[in-house]
Amino acid sequence: MQSEPLLEIKGLSVSFETDEGSVQALDAVDFEMGHGQTLGLVGESGCGKSVTALSIMRLLPKPIGCVTAGSILFQGEDLLKLSPDGIRKIRGNEIGMIFQEPMNALNPVMTIGDQLSEVFLLHQEILAKEAWGKSIEMLKSVGIPAPESRVFEYPHQLSGGMRQRVVIAMALACKPKLVIADEPTTALDVTVQAQILELLQVLQRQQGSSILLITHDLGVIAESCDEVCVMYAGRVVERASTNELFASPRHAYTRGLLSSIPRLDRTPKTELSTIDGMVPSLSDLNQGCRFAPRSGKVHPQHLLDERSPFVEIAQGHWVEACSVCTNL
Amino acid sequence: MYESMIMEEVLLRITNLRVHFPIRGGIFRSAMGACKAVDGVSLDLKKGQTLGLVGESGCGKSTLAKSVVKLVEPTSGSIKFKNQEVIGNNVQNSFRRSVQMVFQDPAESLNTRMTVGAILEEPLEIHRLIEKKDRPKRVVKLLEQVGLDSSAARRYPFEFSGGQRQRIGIARALALEPELLVLDEPVSALDVSVQSQVLNLLMELQDTLGLTYLLIAHDLAVVKHVSDVIAVMYLGKIVELGPAVDVYSNPVHAYTKALISAVPIPDPTIKREKTIIPGDVPSPINPPAGCAFGHRVGASRYQESVGKRFDMEEVSPAHYVLNCPCCI
Repeated sequence: MQSEPLLEIKGLSVSFETDEGSVQALDAVDFEMGHGQTLGLVGESGCGKSVTALSIMRLLPKPIGCVTAGSILFQGEDLLKLSPDGIRKIRGNEIGMIFQEPMNALNPVMTIGDQLSEVFLLHQEILAKEAWGKSIEMLKSVGIPAPESRVFEYPHQLSGGMRQRVVIAMALACKPKLVIADEPTTALDVTVQAQILELLQVLQRQQGSSILLITHDLGVIAESCDEVCVMYAGRVVERASTNELFASPRHAYTRGLLSSIPRLDRTPKTELSTIDGMVPSLSDLNQGCRFAPRSGKVHPQHLLDERSPFVEIAQGHWVEACSVCTNL
Repeated sequence: MYESMIMEEVLLRITNLRVHFPIRGGIFRSAMGACKAVDGVSLDLKKGQTLGLVGESGCGKSTLAKSVVKLVEPTSGSIKFKNQEVIGNNVQNSFRRSVQMVFQDPAESLNTRMTVGAILEEPLEIHRLIEKKDRPKRVVKLLEQVGLDSSAARRYPFEFSGGQRQRIGIARALALEPELLVLDEPVSALDVSVQSQVLNLLMELQDTLGLTYLLIAHDLAVVKHVSDVIAVMYLGKIVELGPAVDVYSNPVHAYTKALISAVPIPDPTIKREKTIIPGDVPSPINPPAGCAFGHRVGASRYQESVGKRFDMEEVSPAHYVLNCPCCI
């Protein structure tokens, strides 16, 4: 790992304008990623993991979503300050993105070959013929059988797993330094999920890219990430290396999440531990500890009014230091 | 076939069930072929048990569930509920009352224009079970049973979160005091922390009301946690059937083994050798001549399975496997 981080997000806040007023989707999110690293973003729906990904790609829906504070440094350059042309050069070229639902990410009226060559034609100065050849090569590297004939097919002719492979081929076509994978396997069966995760790891080893893996599945995190950020209600509440996080989770939310999942190695038919209540709505959040209403513990008023600092509790293990929710 | 499994309290017995959907074509829309969604399935469900049905998408598990609640008319075979044949037109209302279904996506299976109270009263009205003036009382009791406040009756489905909506879906299924609940992916649309709440509720209801569950899910960890018996389906056929613990600890069929090894374990310290199954589930319209799974993985003894018929073979007490030479 090199000393300068590949991606550094500092104090990123994003808000959305809705009918009920402004809603804060991200509240001062901080994290960084090194080269060749896989970082997992985990959390429940509405916690802000996808918004983080969209902010990095500058794909927040306009004009309702906007970054209100913070910076996103990619190789030392602030992506938020780039011109539309500037970000277009990076998007798809140096940062690739894999979306959750491959059927929606592909154009249904273009052949696979045309969609893939488009990536090459946009970012590299090559002839259409060469781009076509490269597309076939790319399809081969993501494990699609008979790529020479597949390039003429349309997305609907492929199975879900094959479509996701095409999306991965498009994301990795220009050998990006960073790949953002937003729930890449959620729409797939477990057996296909295993194939896709394996493929991502092999390609990562070959190309040396970093992967930002967004998922709600802690199993996927445990098997493929080096480091994990746990997000809750627009904030990163805990960040640590995967081994450290699973071995000694410090925040009450992380602990609740880990103990509530049914596992193959757990005694069947026993009561699962749960987290009370539900994921909070983003429109009525307090400024202090956001997990307080679900923690089942009484919080003193100052913890509800004021956000606790994000502290390094052990080497590389960061946690939002609410004294009630955190094992300090 | 399962003589040794016959016990006094078999609630549901499915024998050699086939559901073939005709594929029509040509000028006269005559049947050109058939999609064999369920192809010769036999299983028994005992009173008070949970049978977990697992398999990849397209394996026929939902079609099987739908034919149990008579939403799909089977091509051949028999389904006996309490020793009464339910295939055909002469079904008693008491059967409809005793078998109810909980659907996957509660947002789509609840009528958005009806209040929760009206949704829960409707089955009582259709079956003329309780007099109109007494129905609200019953609704309150149902809501209590699933852990919702009685004020919910006056509200509309959109006012609830995903987990609460699924509770409403469960309450609706319970309205007629059924004996068998068919649960089609009841928790897959829910967040992790909410999923465990709903699973706990289902297990608790089973204990107090003595319900029998036919649970369909693709999450093997969920299925293992709540099931007594597990049936693994592949391309319209059951390939392995047995006590949950037994199937997980000693899987015999190659597909079961691969399926279990594909489930990510949320523990980074466990490093396993994964068996990755290549390819996808073959199409049930044009299945391979021999064993469908052997064909997919390119098993060395695949040729031995071509043109043969397989039976379920008992490998240990109550644990049955499809005796295909290339998969065992």
